[in-house]
Amino acid sequence: MKITLKIWRQKDARSKGKFETYKLDNVAPDMSFLEMLDSLNQQLIAEGKSPVAFDHDCREGICGSCGIYINGRPHGNDRKVTTCELRLRKFKDGDTITVEPWRARAFPVVKDLIVDRSAFDKIIQAGGYISVNAGAAQDANAIPVPKHNADVAFDTASCIGCGACVAACKNASAMLFIAAKVTHLAQFPQGRIEAAERVKRMIAKMDELGFGSCTNTRACEAECPKGISISTIAKLNREYFVAKLKD
Amino acid sequence: MAGIFNSSIGKKLIMSITGIFLMLFLAVHLSVNLTLLIGDGETFNLAAHFMSTNPLIEIIEPILAIGLVVHIIYATYLTLQNRHARPIKYSKSAANGLSTWSSKNMYILGTTIFLFMVIHLANFFWKIKFGAIDTITYNGNSISDTYSLVSGLFVNYWIYDVIYIIGAIFLGLHLSHGFWAAFQTIGWNGTKWIKRLEIIAYVYAIIIGVGFSIIPLYFLIFK
Repeated sequence: MKITLKIWRQKDARSKGKFETYKLDNVAPDMSFLEMLDSLNQQLIAEGKSPVAFDHDCREGICGSCGIYINGRPHGNDRKVTTCELRLRKFKDGDTITVEPWRARAFPVVKDLIVDRSAFDKIIQAGGYISVNAGAAQDANAIPVPKHNADVAFDTASCIGCGACVAACKNASAMLFIAAKVTHLAQFPQGRIEAAERVKRMIAKMDELGFGSCTNTRACEAECPKGISISTIAKLNREYFVAKLKD
Repeated sequence: MAGIFNSSIGKKLIMSITGIFLMLFLAVHLSVNLTLLIGDGETFNLAAHFMSTNPLIEIIEPILAIGLVVHIIYATYLTLQNRHARPIKYSKSAANGLSTWSSKNMYILGTTIFLFMVIHLANFFWKIKFGAIDTITYNGNSISDTYSLVSGLFVNYWIYDVIYIIGAIFLGLHLSHGFWAAFQTIGWNGTKWIKRLEIIAYVYAIIIGVGFSIIPLYFLIFK
């Protein structure tokens, strides 16, 4: 199939970027979006041009590295997929595809389609962890966890931190990412110990880094490749208010 | 409680609490106004008289005004902050199948409702509170003839009928998102409640939107 690509090209963080148009005449419908970009890059290198820079790692939807805004949607027009899982059969022959990086003040563009997502790391460093004594792993049944809690923890732990929620949100809010982490860790007895401090620190860091606030549009939920529900944001809000009331 | 309202979530909490308060007010306001559709106006005049002389309402009125102002101020602040969070816009955007138009345009809807409210307050509230309006006597008691003020406006000026219907529709759209979002923000939501709250929100929004539209339509068509 033939496609036309309108890709955001930006030399580095300081440069002003612009869209460039490229044509690919022979791509297979079964190619992943990243394989298609690979073939474009081979073509560009052969022509002596600079290849398009984009993030990728596992290419099986579990690492959270890839993330491109494709035709007006994070990870493109398919449900619960990352960019590496998106196939060209989701497009029509002759389509023009607009390819942009995530847009958020907290995610500045590094080069072309690569953005700096270290803001997520900073939020995790602020409190998205459980402090435990190092040593041998304890018996699996030493601390019982109810089935419901285990299920919720498993669902929310599936967040890969790709940033599609921030990219999709009209306010570039990181609430779904934080909600997934807070909900996940709040399910376990070990996680409850630091729960109040965790939620306060993570929210303070989110505000400090310039993410927006939640207006409940559900765009994040619609675009999350792991299908994390905004009911976790309600849980996050509850955790936050309870923590603040105790101050 | 220290510093709760400095955070983005704290400011959102203010939006939802003032919003819920304003939604309660709208339910009372609509109940009273629907009496306009009954008979020759005696019921409405008596209801309006009861509301304007009720000491409880006298206390709630300034709280309501403050609640509205706070709702607008925080909405403006949060909207500006949220716009700041995305300095470079996307060149293309597509529907995701889950976000409603209302949810993405709450500030625009709110601004329109505010403009409508200015007209609405000038039409009625200002005249009732500070102007001289005719009185009418029922069983020897002389009270304000609020019914004639309302019917006079809606019967004589079709443009106001249009403005009030548009105002009601915008209000309904604002509430269709605002109602459940308020509960989501205060944390009253979960995987089960999300659907329930959305349905209740639509029912409430339709009642308010249609309810307030019926009144000018009634005067336009039947009077």
